[in-house]
Amino acid sequence: MKKFLEKFYLVLIFIFLYAPILTLIVLSFNESRSMGSWSGFTLKWYAAMLQDETMMEALKNTLVIALVSAVTATLIGTLACVAIQKMKPGTRGVILALNQIPLLNADIVTGIALMLTFLAFGISLNMGTVLFSHITFCIPYVILSVMPKMKQVGGYTYEAALDLGASPAYAFWKVILPEIRPGMVSGFLMAFTMSVDDFIITHFTRGAGINTLSTMIYGQVRVGIRPSIYALSTLVFGTVLILLLIANYLPGYRARKKAREEQMR
Amino acid sequence: MRRKLLSAPYLVWILCGTLIPMAMVFYYGLTGDQGGFTLSNIAAIAETGHAKALWTSVLLSLVSTVICLLLAYPLGLILKKSGMGQKGLLVFLFVLPMWMNFLLRTMAWQVLLEKKGVINTILQSLGFSGLRLINTPTAIVMGMVYDFLPFMVMPIYNVLAKIDDRVIEAARDLGANNFQVFRYIILPLSVPGIVSGVTMVFVPALTTFVISNMLGGGKILLIGNVIEQEFTVGNNWHLGAGLSLVMMIFILVSMAFIAKFDKNGEGNTF
Repeated sequence: MKKFLEKFYLVLIFIFLYAPILTLIVLSFNESRSMGSWSGFTLKWYAAMLQDETMMEALKNTLVIALVSAVTATLIGTLACVAIQKMKPGTRGVILALNQIPLLNADIVTGIALMLTFLAFGISLNMGTVLFSHITFCIPYVILSVMPKMKQVGGYTYEAALDLGASPAYAFWKVILPEIRPGMVSGFLMAFTMSVDDFIITHFTRGAGINTLSTMIYGQVRVGIRPSIYALSTLVFGTVLILLLIANYLPGYRARKKAREEQMR
Repeated sequence: MRRKLLSAPYLVWILCGTLIPMAMVFYYGLTGDQGGFTLSNIAAIAETGHAKALWTSVLLSLVSTVICLLLAYPLGLILKKSGMGQKGLLVFLFVLPMWMNFLLRTMAWQVLLEKKGVINTILQSLGFSGLRLINTPTAIVMGMVYDFLPFMVMPIYNVLAKIDDRVIEAARDLGANNFQVFRYIILPLSVPGIVSGVTMVFVPALTTFVISNMLGGGKILLIGNVIEQEFTVGNNWHLGAGLSLVMMIFILVSMAFIAKFDKNGEGNTF
């Protein structure tokens, strides 16, 4: 009986989580525009989606912004970690506390704070301000994932390399980088995901006419939902599902990754 | 010494991206149109419309946080018992929706709840009369619970999964019944997870303007909506910044309160 109740509970939550997404997927193949009735299978909304220039532009912007800000944030964040490790505990504490501010702040506050600053200094809102803002909220995630790895490395191996005649840059490349690489990768992925998913900060810092997927959906939904957005939802959900499955379960992926890491050591 | 220079870009970024912008919010919030110091933007929270919006936000986000906690905790326990580990397929299924675009997830509820939406059409085709679902506080709570539930499930499941089964067995060997095991072992050990789950749901729910706009039809104003409108439509940045200061203070106070609860919980156990 207890087992049954537990299974039942899991199923209920599962339905609650997936019914809305499933609805969007079903509607994306629905012939009619109406939300409630099924009138035959079609792929025309997918064709409409591909021909919709605003939608494709928004998709492109989202990916470009996420890629550029994640790469920049990973570079800046990793360099910072290398330096922070060398600092006195007091200074380090202050910097790591400052690092928490964008993480703890409500997105709406971060968004309006950045917008106020841009406009007060006479910087007009455009793609650059969006990028700057995304990098701002991405760096803390990189620092949080690289810093623990940096602590694990410690200073001794690096110093040993210097004693053996390596230049600081060479020692960093050969000794520190391989150890912190997993942290950098997970920081990059987190930054990328956060950037793709962000709506609120982009909403406040974007210039007119610049849309990411999130701001485009927000704008269109208020006018009325078009079926091509259902097609887009299905595409987004499918991509997320496949990427996460690959990351977690692809047979041998983990083993290969581990082997590669061993090899690097 | 040269190595410390590597942090220069980051320090510049903290200064320009975090510290100066925060200072700007304080500056705008504490000055008037003419530039002089004033507290009127802060005091504006007492005006009926603003106070009502803040009150609605607090109420709806509290209700959503409690519902999320009540849904997530048993789920966490069941997932722990399934013993599939952090990378298990079952756990994966319950956090997957979190990675789907936030706007699309909220839109899905709009599609379900609308006047001619999925739920009403199905009800009517079965001969029932349609319900008024969208643009109600219930719809907003639904959206909040749906959007933020995974943020409650994850931290709670993580702490529960870390609890050593031997501790629970030891308690049973010493004669504790199910309720006692839960009350004196599992619950106190899971407090840190509950605290971070509550913060991760409460803060975004309190400050949202997207959910209320999409599922409340702009008729139910939350404090987030009021602030957003001051910046995008109203163009009174001073008032908007003042109200966000009030909201920040509100969040800080509630986080301090929750953190204190955390310490008490742990203090009692050990």
